[in-house]
Amino acid sequence: MPVKLTVTGAAAVAHAMRQINPDVVAAYPITPQTPIVEYYAGFVSDGIVDTVLIPVESEHSAMSAVVGSAASGARTMTATAANGLALMLEIVYIAASYRLPIIMPVVNRALSGPINIHCDHSDAMMARDSGWIQFFTENHQEAYDFTIMATKLAEKENVLLPVMVNLDGFITSHGVESFEMLDDGVVREFVGSWNPKYSLLDTKNPVTFGPLDLFDYYFEHHRQQEEAMTNAYKELPRVFEEFEKISGRKYDFLDLYKVDDADYIMVVMNSTASTAKYVVDQLREEGHKVGLVKPQVFTPFPKKEFQQVLNGRKGVVVLDRAMSFGKEAPLYSLVKSSLYEVASRPSLGSYVYGLGGRDTTPEMIREAFEDVLQGNLIADEQRYLGLRE
Amino acid sequence: MKGWKDIPIGGVIDKPATAREYKTGEWRIQRPIINREKCTNCMQCWLYCPDMAIGGRLDGKKMKLGEVNLDYCKGCGVCAAVCPVNAIEMKPESEFI
Ligand code: SF4
Ligand code: SF4
Repeated sequence: MPVKLTVTGAAAVAHAMRQINPDVVAAYPITPQTPIVEYYAGFVSDGIVDTVLIPVESEHSAMSAVVGSAASGARTMTATAANGLALMLEIVYIAASYRLPIIMPVVNRALSGPINIHCDHSDAMMARDSGWIQFFTENHQEAYDFTIMATKLAEKENVLLPVMVNLDGFITSHGVESFEMLDDGVVREFVGSWNPKYSLLDTKNPVTFGPLDLFDYYFEHHRQQEEAMTNAYKELPRVFEEFEKISGRKYDFLDLYKVDDADYIMVVMNSTASTAKYVVDQLREEGHKVGLVKPQVFTPFPKKEFQQVLNGRKGVVVLDRAMSFGKEAPLYSLVKSSLYEVASRPSLGSYVYGLGGRDTTPEMIREAFEDVLQGNLIADEQRYLGLRE
Repeated sequence: MKGWKDIPIGGVIDKPATAREYKTGEWRIQRPIINREKCTNCMQCWLYCPDMAIGGRLDGKKMKLGEVNLDYCKGCGVCAAVCPVNAIEMKPESEFI
């Protein structure tokens, strides 16, 4: 029987990892990710899992260790945040290009500077073109569930891509909340065992990982990665369906909240969606037809799903917890480009919020909704919520 | 050359000892052309070629200059530089397209 646990988000993720019981976990602390690997180190030292835990001396080493481990055929995980992800980045690209299904919770945090350890999405956005699948999760339940689904998806033979499971720094990672934990056996059966196509330890079939790949085949290998993303997009509905069977929880590319008859829609990722849902409820009570779209899958970007849900609406506001200096904000630019092809484009507005852990209040969310309700949107203007003028 | 659907994913080399199949001569932008009439078979070019692209063959007890294996010749021009009788000329690869 599933049990309810009331713990931090970091513990929820560590429990998902415990149930998956990967062969290898590389651990390097970085706020606010640290408790994930700390909890996991506890499971290892208590003999609850039989994972080999590799304490390394930097994130660059953590990602290098998991690349080596995954290439040897071991089911492998690590976790990081912000500047740790930045230090890993060189190898993050390599993990995807070598087609290693590594799972990595990323506890979203400002990428600095000036130095800041609080939540925003600049770290995930830095890695958005690295070839990793990226999930974004609103709360403990989703962080737990998506870690399990990530394992299932990453290891599919036609996918074989690494996955980042993003959860909001401190808000989700350190906040205490209840979530439903599945039975160990159910998770174990769901993820099954991984039988890698190539393994460095398979001495009967020796292989080389990471040879020189110049202008002769590099292009072709990247085209293969694109195909794997397309396959991930096709496989995801099946993973969602199978997960629903074991959990009763139904996921999709986009979490839709009161959108059926909505004229005005807000798009926002992760924990802020909870605040936005609260504001949607308030505005609904006041008679406004508003709704919310929360992308749970960011890469592969669910372009078709966005088109379907946003086509014909009156107005859409997109909230980004990261900036792309000199360009449109990352989520906004993708949503906007998705809408290029729809029959009836809504008016659009871009809002940057919550940088460096700045609190995002219902009033701020309301402010963005009021702009859209009053038809006060300019598609080419970036606005800011909670910024002092 | 194979297309993207026909190669192992991730750049994995799935059988050992395939370096010979990697025709590094494709990098070349200059090609050594040997004037056999000038050549004295001193074998300096054979000795110095960093890619072992210049072949040698035994003619009795004496080494004689063989062919240049263009599959691996990078066009570095070392052979032309060391040839004491200027028997080797480096010509732009574009002349052979
Ligand atoms: S050009 Fe360089 S690589 Fe080519 S044959 Fe001469 S020495 Fe060897
Ligand atoms: S260095 Fe010049 S002379 Fe000597 S073998 Fe080579 S081509 Fe002939």
